[in-house]
Amino acid sequence: MASHNLLFAVLILGVSAWAEGPTYKIGRPPTAEEIKAQDISINPVTGKELPPGHGTAAEGAKLFVTKACAACHGANGYGGRAPTLIVPKGYPTKTGKGPERIPNIMPGMEMGIESPGLMAAHAPYAPVLWDFINRGMPLNKEGSLTPDEVYSITAFLLWKADVIKEDEVMDQNTLPKVKMPHLDLATETPIWKKGPRLANYP
Amino acid sequence: MNSKKPNRRGFLKGGAAIVGAAAGAAQSVRGQAPAIAAYSKKELIGYGERSHFVTSLREPAPGRPSPDAFGLVFHVATPLQDQTGFITPSSLHYTATHRGAFVPDIDPKEHRLMIHGMVDRPLVFTMDDLKRFPSVTRFHFIECAGNNARASHKTVQQSHGLTSTAAWTGVPLSTLLKEAGVQSGAVWIVAEGAEEVKGASSIPMTKAMDDCLVCYGMNGEPVRPQQGFPLRLMVPGYEGIFQVKYLRRIKVVDRYYWTYNDYGHRKTDPREVALGNQIGPKSVITFPSGGQKLTSPGMYEISGLAWSGAGAIRGVDVSTDGGKTWKAAVLKGVAYKMAHTQFGYEWNWDGKECELMSRCTDEWGTVQPTLAQIAKYWNEPLTKDFRVRGNNNAVHPWKIASDGSVTNGLA
Repeated sequence: MASHNLLFAVLILGVSAWAEGPTYKIGRPPTAEEIKAQDISINPVTGKELPPGHGTAAEGAKLFVTKACAACHGANGYGGRAPTLIVPKGYPTKTGKGPERIPNIMPGMEMGIESPGLMAAHAPYAPVLWDFINRGMPLNKEGSLTPDEVYSITAFLLWKADVIKEDEVMDQNTLPKVKMPHLDLATETPIWKKGPRLANYP
Repeated sequence: MNSKKPNRRGFLKGGAAIVGAAAGAAQSVRGQAPAIAAYSKKELIGYGERSHFVTSLREPAPGRPSPDAFGLVFHVATPLQDQTGFITPSSLHYTATHRGAFVPDIDPKEHRLMIHGMVDRPLVFTMDDLKRFPSVTRFHFIECAGNNARASHKTVQQSHGLTSTAAWTGVPLSTLLKEAGVQSGAVWIVAEGAEEVKGASSIPMTKAMDDCLVCYGMNGEPVRPQQGFPLRLMVPGYEGIFQVKYLRRIKVVDRYYWTYNDYGHRKTDPREVALGNQIGPKSVITFPSGGQKLTSPGMYEISGLAWSGAGAIRGVDVSTDGGKTWKAAVLKGVAYKMAHTQFGYEWNWDGKECELMSRCTDEWGTVQPTLAQIAKYWNEPLTKDFRVRGNNNAVHPWKIASDGSVTNGLA
């Protein structure tokens, strides 16, 4: 731990050194509206950038069909062409041929299906799911969902994955507080240092 | 000696107009047809094309087809077996997308880069603004994390084609971040593209300040649309997904953000995490390689490419006896940091079966490992099912048969 603390201290000092005055004075400040319109990155732990809005699993269940999520991911979030979102008990988690395996999966998309790649339940933090749906879904209509709709679909997936109760309302305060079951599987990337990737790796 | 297979389909599709024109032109008995009639004014004066006799093409990488069931282009591999030198022409540069993306049609006059978050002065730049800053041009490779040689691959394009090197021109990211004034405690940035999924990656501030570039140029012209026109972030030595295309926003933050692209990197074992961002030292022989054929015993120059995400290539060794003995190859020209470096090795083939391999060492002294060494590290048996964790930088074997044909040594 001592070495970690030292590294941290060095980093902080380094960062302070980068905070200096502008040299070239090129560019202009963005307006508050510009920042608001583009700032869709969500702090995974605090969720501080989450917009106002709310949703429940019941609303999400309807949207899952009407927004065409089901068309690619399957009516219940599995068995479609696109990655499996929810794995019901007893359903296979491996792709390929044979009765114990998920058939007809698009090659190259196994990542989202095979354990521990099961998307909904395996996000380390709940706002990660929100961010993914908000920016990346649905296919060809990315960015078209309202915050209420994203909260609702997120709630639906979390409920189907046994993470929250069916009637829990998801909003900017409750979503970051959802305790995800597989946080321990997600190791964060360390701060980069110049040099080899991993000591003692051949 | 040259056994490149012309791609008929590409030839006909791409060259139909030129072929039609050439058919009507007079042919010299010496085969030196004055071909002026075959080329248009646009060709001769405006924007030059390669000879229609040159048919080397990219192809969808093995695995998921491109376009796929959703019409998305996923991973497209560069024909390394046909490449001369260490630069990949922009038209043949490999391309990959995380989910499979459509190429956005961005008007550079409308494009903006915003830097905000934990900075003293949030800033918005136009493309013209960015070009006012002092620029740099550097050679850098990009390699996809999925550039993973398998026994089923027939050619080096299939086994190693998801990497390319280009000359990248732009502004050091550190210049722009200093202009905005990074605040204390800001140890990560989130870089985000303007395409339909707004693909984003978390990048450590240490890396952002060290050598990242905000690029508008590639091989002497604007960055190609598939490569992120009009603006692409270059994170030298990091795997391809970090080289954010259509760069529209950089948010300075205080933690790893588990963004759209980071999520795909989710791993449990810290060793695997460490092996999954920066590319390890890696090399491959591109001649002779799978699908090619040596016409007769005698002198050949074995050639190939070597690269490392940690810095410059210091040396390359070649083995012609399946790894029993190694001899130093010659590096061609300057070995640039985080760039493909071409190597050559003069070899007199005796006409017998053999196995060729290359292994490189980077400026840190890290040596490219064999699959056996990697399996041993993880305490796993080296079977056909063994899969390298993190980015696969294993030594790659090519088998030469007594008739001169070259096949994948993993098969």
